[in-house]
Amino acid sequence: MNLPAALKDAALGALVALGLFAPLVGLRTDVAPGGGLFLRTRWADVAILCGLVFAGRLALVLWTGRRGLRPSTAPGPWTARLQQAGRFFAPAMLAAALVLPAIPGIGRYELDLGILVLTYVMLGWGLNIVVGLAGLLDLGYVAFYAVGAYAYALLAQHFGLSFWIGLPLAGILAAFAGILLGFPVLRLRGDYLAIVTLAFGEIIRVLLINWASLTGGPNGIGGIPRPSFFGLPFSMAGGEGTFAGFFGLEPSPVHRVIFLYYLILGLALLTNWVTIRLRRQPLGRAWEALREDEIACRALGINVTTTKLSAFALGAMFGGFAGAFFATRQAFISPESFTFIESAIILAIVVLGGLGSQVGVAVAALVMIGGFELFRDLEEWRMLVFGGAMVVIMVLRPRGLVGTRTPSIALRERRAIGGDLVGEGRG
Amino acid sequence: MISPPRIHRNMILEVAGLTMRFGGLTAVDQLSFAALHGEITALIGPNGAGKTTVFNCITGFYRPSAGAIRLHHPGALPTDLHRLPGYRIARAGLARTFQNIRLFPGMTALENLLVAQHNRLMAATGWGIGAVLGLSRYPRAEREAVETARRWLQATTLLDRADDPAGALPYGAQRRLEIARAMCTSPTLLCLDEPAAGLNPRESDDLARLLLLIRGQGTSILLIEHDMGVVMRISDRVVVLDHGRLIADDTPAVVRAEPRVIAAYLGEGGEDEAA
Repeated sequence: MNLPAALKDAALGALVALGLFAPLVGLRTDVAPGGGLFLRTRWADVAILCGLVFAGRLALVLWTGRRGLRPSTAPGPWTARLQQAGRFFAPAMLAAALVLPAIPGIGRYELDLGILVLTYVMLGWGLNIVVGLAGLLDLGYVAFYAVGAYAYALLAQHFGLSFWIGLPLAGILAAFAGILLGFPVLRLRGDYLAIVTLAFGEIIRVLLINWASLTGGPNGIGGIPRPSFFGLPFSMAGGEGTFAGFFGLEPSPVHRVIFLYYLILGLALLTNWVTIRLRRQPLGRAWEALREDEIACRALGINVTTTKLSAFALGAMFGGFAGAFFATRQAFISPESFTFIESAIILAIVVLGGLGSQVGVAVAALVMIGGFELFRDLEEWRMLVFGGAMVVIMVLRPRGLVGTRTPSIALRERRAIGGDLVGEGRG
Repeated sequence: MISPPRIHRNMILEVAGLTMRFGGLTAVDQLSFAALHGEITALIGPNGAGKTTVFNCITGFYRPSAGAIRLHHPGALPTDLHRLPGYRIARAGLARTFQNIRLFPGMTALENLLVAQHNRLMAATGWGIGAVLGLSRYPRAEREAVETARRWLQATTLLDRADDPAGALPYGAQRRLEIARAMCTSPTLLCLDEPAAGLNPRESDDLARLLLLIRGQGTSILLIEHDMGVVMRISDRVVVLDHGRLIADDTPAVVRAEPRVIAAYLGEGGEDEAA
């Protein structure tokens, strides 16, 4: 990098800074002693700021030796390093998740936060099947979460089914909802698909509000039975037939929280396991092929309809499992929990994590949900920090935290494929 | 003179009275021809003659306005391709490549070839469920599929690039990989849409050799091609279209000498120039 070019670059940066700071800092309205407003100018401050930007930009350009930050999706040195770390990172994260309740200093609040994060990890992994693998942009994923939650709540209330019977039923019903959504949108692609799935999510929510005789409308459903430990309820009373009584423990409300934590961890790992297995099999490869080129898939004799529907159904099923878990944890559900912003957060987790990457999605859920809690002290600045962090991630890593694709099979050596080659799916 | 369509016991593809209209435009008009088992049949014609339209009708991407397309199987009833949805045509034993290459660029060459064997593998997994639980014949089926893929990678000299993403391969290699992918569906008829487009002379020679090898293994070939060198060298039969009509259907040597073909390619000379 030669000096004149660096100087020019820094001057441009300073010019942009001038444009920004002149109105923001340079002009200020103050109240005059007489009570009227007057305009105070602070050009000195503006000059200092522009000078700082100039110096900073110059230093940055000279130091890095290139012209600014150049985002690239091709695997660079960073990606290789991340991948090496990734080999140990995923097992380390799993181990940390497994022993979390046993770590001293982890209280009820941290466990609840862990449950929340794991719920979103599971939802992210479920949506990853639809968006990441099959390349079908789904903006209404929360609908399946809602179907699962309401299915379990209603089955438990009306038929007295326990959690362990309600859970698979909720998953199956959500999968049906996924197929129901899948049929009309089969021929839609890209933006059109996104709009229809968005509408589907809203339809489910409006249905839940208005079908008051079944769903209780805006009042929601309360008194949803809590899960039992293989038939042993968690009860503060202790005694013979309860969890604490059976194992001879002091009855404590933390038992249930720990149990719920391991329950959602198990469900999330089930989602992960099924996805990883399917990726290495014809169905998973067909999903990815569908994301890459639908017409070529058809020419190879792949039934595009059933392949798409299976992705919708499977993704929805895991959403339904998560919903049933949500219902049993909260013991109360209402349509307010299933708004569009939930869909948006889950989609943001998948996109930030990197489409199709299991580890990336888990990290993104941890950052998005856990990080959001960490910033609680920042009060009104929280959203700003949060939004800023998202923008920075997308600028530095346009294809998400893990932007590369690992081949599902290899003759000799499995090498990551750069994100610039991998399709994003056009519906 | 156009000879009447050949009805032959050894027929693999029969196109009878095929007509395709787009609004008021008749792109293909009452076209009848046949491709024989074990032969390379070339479909040629000047630009806009309707070759790709015929091709898209055969491979199910267009539904013909009239006429019939049948795929014949030795010792079995023919399949009516014009009634089948696109993906069933491939399952009936007809594979195609595209004029503008359509690989799965983010998947490796090997994965591309495994996707092509989807239906066979899927049957072995018991619709995915058995394989997730590890209960099925899937591992053996996959080993066989990888072996098939390896054989075709070898035949297309792509074995070294098996683990590279298809999108990162050079152009000629992508063309070969697309043919290998089509062959992995175990077709009885392989349809190629301008396979030599954009290839240099050496690559064209390699392609011609590859096509002869494929024919030698018992797969018949239907190809659209502009590179007359390749067409005349390897084709057993040449079908010439002009303005959607059949103007010649014969061996390469005869077609080359046919005045109507020369006229179609060089312009309708004769009286226009005299006037």
